[in-house]
Formats: sequence, structure tokens, C-alpha cells
Amino acid sequence: MACIRLDHVSVSFPIYTAGSRSIRARLMAAGSSGRIATDAASRVLVRGLEDVSAEIVHGERVALVGRNGAGKTTMLRVMAGIYEPVAGTATVEGKVAPLFEVALGMDPESTGYENIVLRGLYLGLSKAEIRAKADEIAEFTELGSFLSLPLRTYSAGMQARLSFAVSTCIDPEILLLDEGIGAGDAAFLEKARKRLNAFVARAGILVLASHSDTLVRQLCTRALLLDQGRIVACGPVDEVLARYRGEA
Amino acid sequence: MTRLRIAKARADLIEGVRRWELWSVLGWHDIRQRYRRSKLGPFWITLSMGVMVGAMGVVYSELFNMNVREYLPFLAVGLIVWSFLSVPIVEGCNVFIGSEGVIRQLRAPLSVHVLRMMWRNVIILAHNMVIYFVVLAVFGLWPGATALLAIPGAIIVCLTGVWTALLAGLLSARFRDIPYMTGTVMQILFLVTPVLWSETQLSSNIRLIAQLNPFYHLIESVRMPLLGSVPPLATWATALGVTVAGWAVTLAFFVRYRERIAYWI
Repeated sequence: MACIRLDHVSVSFPIYTAGSRSIRARLMAAGSSGRIATDAASRVLVRGLEDVSAEIVHGERVALVGRNGAGKTTMLRVMAGIYEPVAGTATVEGKVAPLFEVALGMDPESTGYENIVLRGLYLGLSKAEIRAKADEIAEFTELGSFLSLPLRTYSAGMQARLSFAVSTCIDPEILLLDEGIGAGDAAFLEKARKRLNAFVARAGILVLASHSDTLVRQLCTRALLLDQGRIVACGPVDEVLARYRGEA
Repeated sequence: MTRLRIAKARADLIEGVRRWELWSVLGWHDIRQRYRRSKLGPFWITLSMGVMVGAMGVVYSELFNMNVREYLPFLAVGLIVWSFLSVPIVEGCNVFIGSEGVIRQLRAPLSVHVLRMMWRNVIILAHNMVIYFVVLAVFGLWPGATALLAIPGAIIVCLTGVWTALLAGLLSARFRDIPYMTGTVMQILFLVTPVLWSETQLSSNIRLIAQLNPFYHLIESVRMPLLGSVPPLATWATALGVTVAGWAVTLAFFVRYRERIAYWI
């Protein structure tokens, strides 16, 4: 049974290039909403998450909302197991498919097909499994003969189609989306939405970080409002969105 | 805490090896990508090593007053083994930095990136070994069954390559001066290690320079069998000792800092 449990999780990023106080002062002046502090060795630390606790169980569709730099992406990365918390524990049970910035982790010089194989292998499929799913993925992307051209010739929307198709084909139990499908055109978004709904119907966990109220309302039932790395509100989508919009 | 870290580091390494399909495809992919759109393709690996061995063999045998028949095979094997030993250290610096996008996007064992680089170099080694056989044929040499002793030697060198790359990659992710430093140090090491010249050319009072150099023993454990002689016990022992000690240090670092790599890159 898929499940995500964050228990007093804190994450902070050491910034080694910003060693001096003047740069630190400039960062502060720039009004970053992340918290900036210094550690014992007087390195600059940017707080990503601070003492965050949350539990998401199977069948839940949760939206992460909040301003830029509130910690939404960081929280997704903790759930994906990419960042291990500095303090607290993150327990994630189930097969995770992360879908963050679409271009990351794709090789621009390789063809669409090659990228399907590479991405599939990274996600833990075997070559045989990918071969079995290749046609289905190719069909879903509707990219046709573009799949044999290098990825650098693709538009952002085409790249989004490709990574969405591969990431969702592994039958994940947990899907982590970071605005990932925003770049697609209307027809594709409709198709993606159908696939997401089918996924949600199978009682998987969906966590979506998004600034789009429409998308959040359509896909999610619960929302977490993040501010400066903390969870400040949690509840039904409408309530949390109302509070978020009210504050902003 | 420590126990958890050890378990996670172990899981990373075991899972990394288990994902051989991933790193072998990536390793091949790197080679294909490097030579994409070139007519000769990966054959360039063989060709450039061949030209280097041919040109240096002729000039340096003259410089050192040595018989080409004796010097050139020695040089060929030396250069091939040196490249197999040193490239993982130099390229190892970039295993994590270079895979930043993937590491921050997908969760896969970090050791995969090291094994990918190593596999790429095994493929390059295979291409370079063609030179060895050409040299044997041209000079009518035959090392006999002794040459098979190079296999355990090559395995030791390979294991050394993995730990050096893992350690270099981890340190480089945190300290960005390490890649530049490594490049410089490796250049100097190439000149002071008996690759172009042999230990016997040194006067006996400075032979210690070679004897104390772990790289020399690692190279000899492969080079000597390929040229038809059995390496002395001291060479085996040093090569093996360096590998074991290096792995111990690397594992200590990996256990302690593995989780930080994603933050550093």
C-alpha cells in the first residue's frame, strides 16, 4: 500500500559560492522567501523545509500550493528520495515516478526513442519491459516520426509529452508532478488529465505542486499551503486555496 | 544513525551493480555520442592510440638507445594500461557533477554514475587492446599462457578505477578545485611513473621513486604478464593492498557523505 510519511522533516541547502556576508546581505535584500541563515562554520544556509510533518495515504490527491520559493519543489524532491532530510525522517512506500522539470535528465543529442529507453532504465524498467511498452509510449506522445530525431529539435511541449508518457508508463503507485504538464497544448493536456484520472482511480498517490488553481481543483482533493518552508495550512482544496488567495 | 547510513550506502552499491542494464547502456551511449557523425566512429580510439604508440615508439627508442622491438611493445602496453588507470581518476571527478540533471530529477543509485564511467573505459580498453595484438603480430612476439595472468591484474586495476572515481566524484562535488588539481597531478604522475621509461633505466639509488609509486605496481601487474613475464610477489601485494586500502577509505567517505551529494551538485 502506497504511503508517504514526513516526520519533522527539515532540509537546508549550503550555498558554497555565497560565502561572504555581502552576498548574503544581497540575497536578503532580494527578498527571497526562503529563509537564509548561517551554520556553525558560517556558511550560508538556505532553509528549504523547516519541521514539516505530513502523512499522505493511498488514494489521496494532494496539491502543494504556495509562493515561489515556499518549498514546494523541495518537498517533492524529499518525497522522491532525492534529498534526504537533514533532520527528521521521510518514509515513502511504493513505486515513485517523479516528473519535475521536463528537460532535466533528458539527453538533447539523443533521439526521442533513445531518451525513452534511457528514462525507462533510470526509472527501473528492464530493456525488455521498455521494448514491450515502447509502442504504447510512442502512441501516447503522438510525436510520430519526430521520435527518431534528436531531442534538441523538440519544442518544450513535445518534450513535456515525452517525459510525461515515459514517467506514467511505469505504473507508479506514487506520482509526483511539478507543473510538469503545463507546457503541453490543450489536446495533450486533456489526454494527460485522462491518464491522471485513471491513475488516481487506481488509488495511487498523486502529489502536485502547481500555481494553477484550475489544475489543482481538477486533480486534487486536499491541499497543503507552504510558506517559507513550513506547512501553514492543510485541508480541502477550496479552503486552502481561499486562504492562500486571501493572503496574497 | 551510523548504522542507517551504512545500510543505505550498501544498498546504493548493491542496487547500483544490479542495475547493470542501465549503466552498460549509458556507457555505450556515451561512446556512441562522442563519435556520433564521425565516419570512423569509435575506431578513432584505436587509431589515435595506434598513432601515438607508433610515433613515440620510434622516437623514444632512438632517444633511449633501445631496440624498437623491445621498446615499442613495452610502450604500447604501458600507455594502454596507464590510460585505463588514469582516465577513471580524471573523469571520476565529473561523475556526479556531470549527472546533476539526472540526480536531481530521478532517484537512482549514485554508484550507477560511477559504473557507467567505468564501463565506458572498459569499452575504450577493448578498443585499445587491438593495438596490443597488432604490435605482437608486427614484431612476431608471443607471450604465451603467462599473458593470462594479466586478467587478475586488470581486475585489480578496474576495482581501483571504481574506488578512485567514486572518491574523486564525491570530493569534487563538494570542492570544485579538485577536478583541476587532479588533472595537473595526473600529468605529473604520468611523467614520474615508469610508463614511457622503465625502472631499469634509473640508477639504483633513485629506483625507490618507482618502487614506492603504487601506480607503478598497478601497471606492472598487467604490463608484465602481457609482455610474457610473471610479476614479482611484491607487485601483486602492493597492487592488491592499494586497492583494499583505497576501498576502505572510499567506503568511509561514501557512508558518511553519500546523502549530501544531491545537495552539493
